[in-house]
Amino acid sequence: MREALLLFLVVASGTGGEICVTRAMKHVGEVTDFRPLAVVRVILRAMKVPWMWIGISMMTLAFFSLLAVLSIENVSFVVPVTALNYAAGALGGKFFLGERVTPRRWAGVLIVCVGVTLVWLGKR
Amino acid sequence: MTSSTGLHIKTYCMLLIMVVFAPLGNVLLGKGMKNVGSAVSWAPSRLPHIISLVFTSGYVWLGIASLLTFFVAYMLILSWADFSYVQPASSIALLVVALLGYFYLGERISPLHWTGIVVICLGVFVVGNTPPRTTEVR
Repeated sequence: MREALLLFLVVASGTGGEICVTRAMKHVGEVTDFRPLAVVRVILRAMKVPWMWIGISMMTLAFFSLLAVLSIENVSFVVPVTALNYAAGALGGKFFLGERVTPRRWAGVLIVCVGVTLVWLGKR
Repeated sequence: MTSSTGLHIKTYCMLLIMVVFAPLGNVLLGKGMKNVGSAVSWAPSRLPHIISLVFTSGYVWLGIASLLTFFVAYMLILSWADFSYVQPASSIALLVVALLGYFYLGERISPLHWTGIVVICLGVFVVGNTPPRTTEVR
């Protein structure tokens, strides 16, 4: 039961955090200069966007939940199961970020979900 | 042509960094946390002791450093590519995690488990053949 709750937190909070970070980075704009100083400047600019802090908070919760569940289960089980966030991510990308998720992408996400189910069953 | 090729090259470079450092980070965290003890037996009164065990583990810190490297690459790629493209495309890392878990940590992985991971990678391949950006450039 505790594992299931922790896995739910990893998936829900992790995906929510990633969507917030994406929103912040889209606000910052496309990165074209990859020199170290320029990258640091981009990171500092991103830190001024509130969405980045909301995203980091949610990802922190997901991180500590991941640490807890890794103390119970094998990493080769935990990490593939967290792939459930692909379905949540496609939905979030479509509804919160206005991305056009093509039928091919949906098909890929569906196959990923079937794979996660097999991983879950393979553990039993 | 050059703009589109450049976009794909920088996208694939960032994805490569992500699929190396995310699994490495998770495996190191897994190794560190196994030494801390199962969360099933964590009592609230022991939390300060557990937190001190977590943050004095070298494996946990190496794992955090690897995940930070992953996170910087992730932030950069999200500045131009769609979230719904990046997230599934980086899931090839799941295969890398399983391989590291099997060979480095000695975890037992059943044939069905391996099949599931391969199916996930097939899903990744399908998603990876879609355009990296479907929204307007800001």
